[in-house]
Amino acid sequence: MIGIVYYGAGNIFSLTAALDRLGLEYGMIHTAEDFDKFDRFIIPGVGHAGSAMKKLEQTGLVPAILNLRKPVLGICVGMQLLTEFSEEGNSTLTGIIPLKTRLFDEHLKIKIPHTGWNRVSALPGNVLFDGISPGAHFYFVHSYFIEFNSNFTIALAEYGIKFSAVIQKNNFFGVQFHPEKSGLAGEQLLKNFSQLA
Amino acid sequence: TCLAKRIVPCLDVKDGRTVKGVNFVALRDAGDPVELAYQYSQQGADELVFLDITATHERRKTLVDLVKSVATQINIPFTIGGGINEIADADILLNSGADKISINSAAVRSPAFIDELARAFGKQFVVVAIDTKFIDGKNFVHLNGGRIKTDIETEHWIREAENRGAGEILLTSMDHDGTKGGFDNGLLKKVNDTLGIPLIASGGAGNVEHFVDLFHKTNVDAALAASVFHYGEILIPDLKQLLKENNIEVRI
Repeated sequence: MIGIVYYGAGNIFSLTAALDRLGLEYGMIHTAEDFDKFDRFIIPGVGHAGSAMKKLEQTGLVPAILNLRKPVLGICVGMQLLTEFSEEGNSTLTGIIPLKTRLFDEHLKIKIPHTGWNRVSALPGNVLFDGISPGAHFYFVHSYFIEFNSNFTIALAEYGIKFSAVIQKNNFFGVQFHPEKSGLAGEQLLKNFSQLA
Repeated sequence: TCLAKRIVPCLDVKDGRTVKGVNFVALRDAGDPVELAYQYSQQGADELVFLDITATHERRKTLVDLVKSVATQINIPFTIGGGINEIADADILLNSGADKISINSAAVRSPAFIDELARAFGKQFVVVAIDTKFIDGKNFVHLNGGRIKTDIETEHWIREAENRGAGEILLTSMDHDGTKGGFDNGLLKKVNDTLGIPLIASGGAGNVEHFVDLFHKTNVDAALAASVFHYGEILIPDLKQLLKENNIEVRI
């Protein structure tokens, strides 16, 4: 069963609706003790990464998150929280994955926010993409991105530059797009996450 | 680029029901916006826009119910617009599952509302919709579904909306809307060339070639249409196939 870290940053209605459509069970995590009730976890998030980090810290859940050994999936800003720093408000984040979250450079002649369906290329061995066609489109909406890093990037997308669409370190995964809004491909990804050993 | 051009059906909704005539095969209930939305999502629509024209005091409740039903059943993003005048309206829609809200007259009457929304929810949540009409050599913003002319020049207003924190512009050409003669490619290109945020083109779609023309000539990010989709005159899978054959990146 999936535990959703509840910290007041973001629209979790769409996420729980997607899990309901897939018949995946979930519950909310409000206290450190709640983590024991679940075997995998989602950290959602929209809005400002710095504000989201403050809210997460106020819940007191950060130490328990750092100690998790079961699969964790950060979505959008929830993914960025896994990194060590965001240029958004020059914020210090959890640092679970040693990467930086940066602002897209408008000099690349791209529109910001990066909004819409972009192709995602999963790297070999990426278990979250089982059953998903290579180069499938996923729905993105964000102004900040996580740099490409061959140690932690397990799927990449391109928007002016190559960036991390999906990152992983051990049991921690993060997706920059919104699987709950990404049609069948997104639903398959959530299903794959729910079945990770 | 690998970012797909978006095809966006627009649904007019009143009291929780679709307003404009819909003649769409395979619908059990043509008046049910959620049913219609589901069919579009199955056909490959990339995003949906719901424009609510309910005027009763029950408005907010019917709108929230609609947004929740859509978010529950549909797996693509959607925008909701119509009568959003305060932060509280936007807040409840966001928490009911809306991905974006669209504001039109409320933004013209109180431009600072754009800043407030962007600060509260992030600019990606804020679509500024603009109805424009060409008069005596210039484009002017119109309000209330195009009934009221303002003295505001459209391109100035787009610039201001962008600077204040709009995350996207939805531009409807009233000169082209309803003509089925093609999009207003001249204006759209001019606007798009200097815009730093995504642009959704609206008004004038009559056949599939109009969409090819639009993307080739203007490079806008998305195209919105209503009746050609509702009446089955254009089928989204056919449209996307043609776009792909014309080397336009689409999600199929």
